[in-house]
Amino acid sequence: MIEATGLTKRYGDKVAVDDLSFTAETGRVTGFLGPNGAGKSTTMRMVLGLDNPTSGSVHIDGKPYRALRDPLRTVGAMLDATWRHPGRPAREHLRWVAATNGLSDKRVDEVLRLVGLDSVAGKRAGQFSLGMSQRLGIATALLGDPKVLLFDEPVNGLDPEGIVWIRQLMHALAAEGRTVFVSSHLLPEMAQTAQDLVVIGRGKLIYQGTMEDFVGRAKSLGVRVRSPHLPELRTALTEKGAEFREEDGALIVSGVDSDDIGELAFTAGATLHELSPLTGSLENAYMQLTAEAVEYGTGQVPEVAR
Amino acid sequence: MTAANMIRAERIKLLSTRAPWWCAGIAVVVAVAYTALFFGFVPLEGQPDVTSTQIASALGRTVVLILAILSAATEFNWGTMKLTFQAVPSRVPALLAKGAVVGVFSGLIGLLVGFGSWAIAYLIKPAADLGLSSGADWRAVAGQCITFLLTGLLGVGLGLLFRSPAFALGFALVWTQLIEALVMLIPRVGDDIYQWMPFFAANQFSGPDLTVSMLKLAPPLGPWGYLAYFAGICVIVYAAGLMITHRRDA
Repeated sequence: MIEATGLTKRYGDKVAVDDLSFTAETGRVTGFLGPNGAGKSTTMRMVLGLDNPTSGSVHIDGKPYRALRDPLRTVGAMLDATWRHPGRPAREHLRWVAATNGLSDKRVDEVLRLVGLDSVAGKRAGQFSLGMSQRLGIATALLGDPKVLLFDEPVNGLDPEGIVWIRQLMHALAAEGRTVFVSSHLLPEMAQTAQDLVVIGRGKLIYQGTMEDFVGRAKSLGVRVRSPHLPELRTALTEKGAEFREEDGALIVSGVDSDDIGELAFTAGATLHELSPLTGSLENAYMQLTAEAVEYGTGQVPEVAR
Repeated sequence: MTAANMIRAERIKLLSTRAPWWCAGIAVVVAVAYTALFFGFVPLEGQPDVTSTQIASALGRTVVLILAILSAATEFNWGTMKLTFQAVPSRVPALLAKGAVVGVFSGLIGLLVGFGSWAIAYLIKPAADLGLSSGADWRAVAGQCITFLLTGLLGVGLGLLFRSPAFALGFALVWTQLIEALVMLIPRVGDDIYQWMPFFAANQFSGPDLTVSMLKLAPPLGPWGYLAYFAGICVIVYAAGLMITHRRDA
C-alpha cells in the first residue's frame, strides 16, 4: 500500500505538488491520472525518495521509502525507460541493479525471460526499440519481486501489442496481491487498466475513488427533452421534484431517467419530439474535471455532447 | 545493502561500458609512446634519472581524470544515477563504492603507466642509470598508483559536482591544459602560485622535475608533503561532490 499525506513540492515560486493526499491499495491497480505537467512524475519521484518533499510524507506499507532495507525487494519502479546507459548490454544493466540489493544473476535471467528479452540480453540497451526499452524498464522493476510497483506512463509510444501486454501484466501483478500504481495522461487507456483512480490537476487532488464511480459520474449528465407542450411538461416535472433547465428551446432534465420522463409526459398529455439521455465521454468528463478543479475548485460535472 | 554488494554493482557498471577501457588503453599507450619518443629522440643533458621516465605521467593522469569524470557525470546524463538512488536511497554507500571502484581502477592504470614508462625508457637507454635502486626511484614509478588513484577520486568528485559531462570535462581540460601552466605568466606571484597547483603537486610526488629545474623553482614542500597536499584537494572535492549529491534532488 502507498499512502501519501499532505505531499507538497515547491520549486522556487512554482508549486508542482500541492498538499496531495491519496492511497493506493494492495491487490489493486490504481491509476494516477492528470494532464501533462500536473505533477505526476514529481509525485512518483517523491514516493521513491528521489526528490525531497517540501512538506508532507509518503509511506510504503507504513515505512518511508528511505527506511526500506534493500528497497528493490519491496518497491519496483519504472519511472523512465530511458534510465540506462545506451552502451551497456541489457543483461549487465540488470546485473548492476540486482547487485545493489544483493539479488542474484539467476534472478536477472528470470526477469529477462519474463519480459521476453532473453534472446537480446547481450545487446546494448541503446540499440533497443522503444518497446524493448520499456520491457527492460519493467524487468528492472520486477527484479526484487516487489509487493509494490510504480510505473510512470508505461504505455507511452507503444504499439497496440505492447499496450495489451503491459495491461495484462499489470492485472496479473495486482491479482497476485501486489499494489500497482500506474500513471497516465490518457484516460481511455486507464479505464481499461485501473480499478481505482487518483486524479490530479496542477498538483492538487481532484478525485480519488473507484474507476466505476468515476465512469458513473460521467454518465449522469441528464436527459434532453423537446416538446411543443413545454408548459405542461414543466409543471409535471416540478411536481415530480425533478431539476431541469432550458437550453435552445429544450429542457435538460437531471435526477430523473428517460423512462420516468416519458411516463410523466404521457400522463401530462405532452407530446415529445425528443427524449435523449446525454452521455458525455469519459475523456470529456475528465478534462472538464481537471480544468474546473484548477479554476474554481468545484467538482460539478458539466453537460457535454449531445 | 552491504559494502560488498555496492562495490560489485559499481564494478559491473564501470567495466560493462566501453569508455573506461578506451580511456585506460589511451592513458597507457599515450604515456608509454610519449616516453619512448622522448627517450628515443630528445637529446638529454647529462644522465637521465628514474624520475625523468615519468615525463608523460601527467598526460595519463589527464586521461584518467576524464575517465573518472565520465563515470560519474554520465550517470546523471543517462538517468542511471536515479536508478542507483532508487536502489540505494541512503545514497552515500553507492557514492563511496563508486569512489573506491573508480579509484582502484585508476590506481591500476597508474601502475601500468608508471612501470610501462619506466620499462620503455630502460629498454631504449639501457646504458643510462635507470635501475630502481633508491626509495625515491620506487616512489617515482610505483607512486603513480597513488597519484592516479587520487586523480580518480578527484574526477568522480568533479562529475558529481558538475553533473553535466560536457561541462565537467571542459572545466577539467581547461584546468589541466591551460590554467595550471598559464598562472606562471602572472607577473611576480605567478611562480609561487604555480607551485600550489594540484597537478604540479602530483608531479612533485611522482613525476619528472623538469619544470622545477628549468624554471629554477624551489618548491616549498617535499614529495610527501606535496602528496598530502594533492590528496587533500582530491578528497575535499570528492567529499563535496558526495555531500551535495546526497542533499540535492536526484
